[in-house]
Amino acid sequence: MSEAAAVETHEHAVVDQLEPSLTPGNLGKLGMWSFLAGDAMTFGAAIAAYGALRIGNPNWPSPAAYLGITTTAIMTFILICSSVTMVEALGSIQTARMARYRNFMALTVLGGVLFLAMQAFEWHHLLGERGMSIKVDLFDATFFILTGFHGCHVFGGVVYNSVLLIRGMTGKLTPAKANLVEIAGLYWHFVDLVWILIFTFIYLI
Amino acid sequence: MTTQAAISGHEAEHSGPNYIAVFIYLSILTAIELGVYAMGLPQVAKVGLLVALAWAKAVLVAMYFMHLAMERKGLAIIAIIPVILVTFLCFMLLPDLTTRMWTKFDHPRPVTDAAEMGAHPVAPPPMQTP
Repeated sequence: MSEAAAVETHEHAVVDQLEPSLTPGNLGKLGMWSFLAGDAMTFGAAIAAYGALRIGNPNWPSPAAYLGITTTAIMTFILICSSVTMVEALGSIQTARMARYRNFMALTVLGGVLFLAMQAFEWHHLLGERGMSIKVDLFDATFFILTGFHGCHVFGGVVYNSVLLIRGMTGKLTPAKANLVEIAGLYWHFVDLVWILIFTFIYLI
Repeated sequence: MTTQAAISGHEAEHSGPNYIAVFIYLSILTAIELGVYAMGLPQVAKVGLLVALAWAKAVLVAMYFMHLAMERKGLAIIAIIPVILVTFLCFMLLPDLTTRMWTKFDHPRPVTDAAEMGAHPVAPPPMQTP
């Protein structure tokens, strides 16, 4: 082997050591992170647009006059709790404690369903008693679009987690496929993260 | 992979952050947020504090629940790109916002009406006939 060829072979070996091959596990994680980056841009643009509309309008109503903080504070707490149950579900399946995994995943799904139920209750109250509607003004329109878009994400997460729960209950999801739960967890925590920002920008400020 | 192998292979992976501690921090920060909201602070201080608290909570979720603190740097770069782009977007909106905010303060407009200019109105330039 010539000296140049030997150097080239050595360089390839160094590159291979630094860059591990893409396994189905980390490829899926990379895919989910890429999706979340795009989704974060969508939410970021929507929140920036909300800020621009609000700052530019001196007649923007105070959210405290229309939106209830108690209900949404409880909703925030529920989502934070469901994030904890999600990481516990992941830890359980990674250590092959399947019964514990099913319990924590069921609690995560329950948290999502509770959140959606409370959001439906809040919307019902705002649309009915408060007379808010997406057609009334920009305050109402931005509120329903932002919280509705986030609610769609929660609904998607509930379906996603339910599928993983059912697969765990029927024995189709094994500890060897724990990476699937980790990828679903990324999505669920992202939904929690976005709600933290929406809660602050839409309800509290 | 056997179940035993899965246990031994993943136990080390799971020995990560204390999630209950993260949960407690998030709950405390949420309680502080509600306190700031209820305290009746001046709007600038209230907005500044609430935004800082929200970002602290978001960073906690991303770093520990989403495992960014333990992941390879490549994923952190993917995660930070939307933050940079949205910050850039906010700066792009600033010129428009500052212009519209300026109009809220009702600065006295320069007098252009001849009647308001008193005894020495400036005559308009003569019409040009083709």
